[in-house]
Formats: sequence, structure tokens, C-alpha cells
Amino acid sequence: MRISLFITCYNDTLFPKTGQSVVRVLERLGHTVDFPADQTCCGQMHFNTGYQQEALPLMRRMTEVFRDAEIICAPSSSCVALIREQYQKLAESSGDASLIAAVNEFVPKVYEFSELLVQKLGVEDVGAYYPHRVTYHASCHLLRGLKAADLQLRLLRNVRAIELVPLEEMDVCCGFGGTFSIKNPDVSAAMLADKMKAVLNTRAEICTAGDNSCLMHIEGGLHRLRTGVRTVHLAEILASTEAGEP
Amino acid sequence: MTVRVADAASAAKFPILANGLVEDSQIRQNVRHATNVIQNKRARVVAEQHDWQQLRESASKIKEHTLQYLDRYLEEFESACIRAGGQVHWAIDADEANRIIVGLMQNAIEKNGWTREVIKVKTMTSDEIGLNHALEAAGIQPHETDLADMIIQLGEDKPSHIVVPALHKNRTQVREIFARKMGLPELGEKPQDLTDAARNYLRDKFEKVKIGFSGANFLIAETGGVCVVESEGNGRMCLTLPEMLITVAGIEKVIPRQQDLEVFLQLLPRSATGERMNPYNTLWTGVHEGDGPREFHIVLLDNGRSSILADKESRQTLHCIRCGACLNACPVYSRTGGHAYGSIYAGPIGAILTPQLQSMKHSQSLPFASSLCGACYEVCPVRINIPDVLLHLRGKVVERQQNSLSRGVSIEAVAMKAVAFIYAHPRLYALGQKFARVAQKVLVRKGWIHWLPGMLGGWTAVRDVKQLPDEPFRDWWAKREAAKRDEPMEKSYGG
Ligand code: SF4
Repeated sequence: MRISLFITCYNDTLFPKTGQSVVRVLERLGHTVDFPADQTCCGQMHFNTGYQQEALPLMRRMTEVFRDAEIICAPSSSCVALIREQYQKLAESSGDASLIAAVNEFVPKVYEFSELLVQKLGVEDVGAYYPHRVTYHASCHLLRGLKAADLQLRLLRNVRAIELVPLEEMDVCCGFGGTFSIKNPDVSAAMLADKMKAVLNTRAEICTAGDNSCLMHIEGGLHRLRTGVRTVHLAEILASTEAGEP
Repeated sequence: MTVRVADAASAAKFPILANGLVEDSQIRQNVRHATNVIQNKRARVVAEQHDWQQLRESASKIKEHTLQYLDRYLEEFESACIRAGGQVHWAIDADEANRIIVGLMQNAIEKNGWTREVIKVKTMTSDEIGLNHALEAAGIQPHETDLADMIIQLGEDKPSHIVVPALHKNRTQVREIFARKMGLPELGEKPQDLTDAARNYLRDKFEKVKIGFSGANFLIAETGGVCVVESEGNGRMCLTLPEMLITVAGIEKVIPRQQDLEVFLQLLPRSATGERMNPYNTLWTGVHEGDGPREFHIVLLDNGRSSILADKESRQTLHCIRCGACLNACPVYSRTGGHAYGSIYAGPIGAILTPQLQSMKHSQSLPFASSLCGACYEVCPVRINIPDVLLHLRGKVVERQQNSLSRGVSIEAVAMKAVAFIYAHPRLYALGQKFARVAQKVLVRKGWIHWLPGMLGGWTAVRDVKQLPDEPFRDWWAKREAAKRDEPMEKSYGG
């Protein structure tokens, strides 16, 4: 199957290893990956901060860049949730019939990485090997937006040698929330403190999730306090084999 | 018309109010404990209701339908209520409502020589319009009879939760307030001691006060009836013992038929207090000879509601049945408590309701007081998509800011527009990545950044950031593609 990768702007810039891991897993499963080079951002930050008019041209770009794609895969549930929950409404608000049509065609082609694996490709065991003690945080958009946290746990349970330890209050927000963490730094920090406490209680070496945005937030706190616990995107765990980690 | 939501218009911004509250260990402890207890109870009784999702769907549909024909249903309610012997008043805003209510009480007190007091059932709407202040200014003493409201009134405090207004106080603190205000230095701290004290304190008021005051959970258009649910029975006393009863209700409280209560009376108690049924469900229609108050007035309040009705995107805000489930589920509310919202409506529903009641002129930090985690939407019994409404309101706040020239152009707006421009041009975007990699050098220490300037400093106050990687994904991909072209036979993996 030909799969077009929407890497998302922050994964592209800050977490290239996640993208590399997605490519590695999909190619290992025998699929062809392509990466439309003109892609940038889905408009999430703008949309969620109230700059919806600025998000509109970015949405239009997305439909143009991925016009020829059959299936689009993004390793970020918040971007996929924005596309799925807001794109059609945003297009309608523009009153532009061709944009509405383009968006209607684009949206059903988009899958979050674990949705693609489990729901579209029917794979739960991707042949990964990861000998670490790991705890899993369900990011809000994955859990409540896409309702796909269960898919990620299934993928993780099939990883060989992993020691998966449950996270207390796994479903409570870590406090990132995009610009929320900057506009409301005190409340965000208070939420982060509780999330870190839960992570530390598991005595895991690694905290994983399907979204680097939450992980960047959690890792930022864990590193500040020198806890010696790191965060790793789910795709990187799935890409690991006996031959090595990405 | 001047819409007032208590003193929310002059409240400080959410981040400022929250700052002090997140550091108050007692409030953190009390709020966390109370919301956990209610959440767990709610989860248990919701899980046993197999048709919960269908009930939510029905409730949402009933509300949607009612709001669409609100004018008709309100008129239907008005005529049915009058037929049953009630008197209906309409108030465009808080001031008009207060004038009507105070006027009715003044007249009745003078005519009948009653004591200048009123006993009140728990009502958020009366807090919204600031009724107690208006009553005190007119020399009428209001007595809150709901236990939590009594604690707030006696403690000269403000409500912090729409169902459990004194949720931020623990038992020791309540004992202290009662002991001091009721003159009971020996008072114990057991729940029984506290309820006994409240009972004695209230009994005397129930016996002598002739005017009762309430809000409403539901107004029934078909019958002109009013429904109030509560847990303590003190509300029932206020609704049945006095000679005169006055009720205030927002215009969105109307439902078409008595039968619709079936849906709401299953959803509300389970969502609000984790009970299968409220201990007291009082339903009355007009007045009845020899039974209950001889005079019944209802004040139907707009106070900004019709402007919410006019906005299709956020109209669903008016579906709210004030169960408080979204507050208990909210990770932001549970870290700050209700006082951070600067309004009597706290939590996720407060974050969307307060600024809209004020036509988005005030409380503009509230739509941003959420991480958009969606926990509120998940529990809301009438399925209000609060995150969606928050996003819609954020758009309105930004629009207002951009249209008001007096404020000048905000740094945020400039940054957002610049970033949008860069994102629209892939070459610029790639250049930006390179620039950032060079620029970060002054900040990086051993692979991490511990300090960022300006607004971003909020991040590095408690978090580090990893330095940018040597090459973004797109560069890695381009190299790999180039290598593939050079050696077409060899398959290359990244890593
Ligand atoms: S918004 Fe929904 S959950 Fe929140 S108080 Fe209203 S009805 Fe309850």
C-alpha cells in the first residue's frame, strides 16, 4: 500500500526520529511511504489559539499537498483530531465550494499512526523488541478525540521483552494543552507535577505516548528535576528490533 | 440592558487568580478530595445505567428542540402558570429582576406586617443577579438554607462550585464558621454535629419567615409547573411552608412536557452527586387552596441568554442543567478550585457561560483556561461539546482584540501571523528551521535549554526543552531519497 506521511510541523522540526520510526515500521510491513515535501502545518496551533482565519489557508495547503495521496498517516493525534473535528466546519465557514469539496475528500484519508496499523492494516504485532520498563500515558486527543488509546496499548502489549507498567490516572491530562502551557503556566505546572508523580510511582525507565507534544511536556519536567526518566514516542518503540533502536 | 454576572466583569484574569490558588495547599487538598469522591460516585452509578448514552442523546435533543422554539415554549409556560394561579414576570437583566423581586417582597411585608426576612433554596441564578446584596440594601435579610450555601453566607465567602458551593472548605473549617457565627464554642466536628447545628439554626427561621425564594431546575411548558431537586429537604421547607413563594429562573430552564422530566431526572442526580435519585424532588404548579404558599411569582430572566441563543455555534451552552459534572472532571478546576474563574459559574461551563453572558466584553481569559482535554464533554449529561465552544469563543476573543484599535497590536497576534506566513511557504519554513538551529546555540547547555525569553519563559519556569536535533525529518528524508537515486538497488533504512 502507498502511504503518504504527514509528519506534522513539530515532529519534523523537533522529533525527526519519530518520523524515521514511522517510515521504518511501515516499510518493514511491506508498504511504500512517500513524503510530500511541500507540507508544513495543519493549522492546529492557530486554530486552537483563536486564530481560525490564519488556519484556513493552512488547511487549504494541506488539501493541495496531499491531493494525490491514497492514505495519509500522521504520528500525532491532536493534529488528526483537529483535521477530523474541525476541518469540515472551517471549510464550510469559508463558503468556498471547491474548498469544501477538497476537504471532504481529504479528511477520510487521514489516519493517526496506530489507527492506520490496527484499524486499516489490521496489524497488532509489528515485530518489535524493546527490553525496557515502560509506562504508557494516553494523550487526551487520542483517548477522547480519536478513541484510540486502546489501539496503542494493544500494539505495546505485542512488543517482545517490554515490561509494561500501568500508569495511575493514565487518562488525566498532563497539562500541556498547546498554548495553554504558556498562557496558564501555573495550572499547567500543577497538572504536570501530578503526572510526573504518577510516572515516577511506576518506577518505569521510559514514559511513552502517541503524541510528542505531551511527551515533550512531561520530559521537560522530568529532566528539570533530573529524575533520570525519559520519554519515547510509541513509534520509536514499535520501530525497535533485536537489531537496535532508532 | 446591562448584563451583570455577579461581579465577574471586574474580576482579575484567570491566570492571575489561579496563581495564588494553585499554591494554597489547603484548597488544593479540599478540592481534590471532594471532586474525587463525587467523581467516583458518579462513575459507579453511571456505569450501572445501561442506556446512559441514549439518555444523553435524548436530553441533548430535547434541549436543542426547546431552544429552537424557545419563544413558543416560554409563552406556553406563561399561560399555563397563570391559569394555575401563578404570576409571571419577565426580567431583561439582573437589575430588573432584583427590582421586581425586592418590590414584590416589600409590598407583601408592608401589607401583611411580616418579618423582613426571606428563606432561600439553593439557587445559582440568584447569585448571578446578586440578589442578596439587593435584598440587604432594601433592609430584607436573606437566609440561605442549603447547608453549603449557609456555610458560604455565614463565612462571608463566595461559592466555588455550582452544586457544592462550599466544596473548597473541609469539615474543620465548617465547624469553625458555625461555632463562631452560631455562638456554639463547644460544637463537635462530626457530620451529625454540624447538621444538628444547622437544623437548630434553621428551624426557627422556617417557623417565622413568611417569604420563600427559590431557583428552578426545570420549568414545564405544558403544565406551567416548576421542578426543584435537592438533597437536604430544607428546600422543600422553603417551597411549602411560607405564605409567599418567589422563583427566579433563566429562560433556558423550560422543557416542553412533564414527561421530559423522565430523562432529566435520571441524568441530573447521577451526574451531580452520584445518586440514583435526588432525595427531594419538589414539583408544583401555581397555587392551591389550603396547600403550600398562597401566592406564587416566577421571574423569567434573560440577562444575556438571548444573545447566546443567537449564536448557532455556542447555543448549546444553554443546554446546561448545572450538574457540575464537568467541574469535577476538569483537571484545571481540580487544581484551582472555583474562585479562579472570577464568577459564580466556575469550571468548564463557567469558562464558556460567563464570557458569553457578558457578550464577550469581559472574562476574556476564561475561554483559554482549558487544556482542551475533553474530560468535560465526556461527562456532560446533555452532551455540550465544551471544547468546541471554547475554541469558538477563543476565535471571538481574538477577533475582538484585533478589531479594537485602542489596544494596539499584540505581540501574540504578530507572532501568530508571522508563523502562519512561514507555514504557508515551505522554503521559508525550512529556512526557519535552520535559523532556529543556529539561534538556539546561545541557550543550549549540554543538549538542553533551561531558559527561554518572553512569553516562552512560562514554559522554562518549570520545564527544560531538548535542543533542536541536528537535522529535521525533511532533511533526513531528502538525503535518503537522494541516496536511493544514487544506489537504486540497495534499500536503505534510516536510524
Ligand atoms: S455543562 Fe454539562 S456537565 Fe457541566 S454543569 Fe452543565 S450539564 Fe453539567
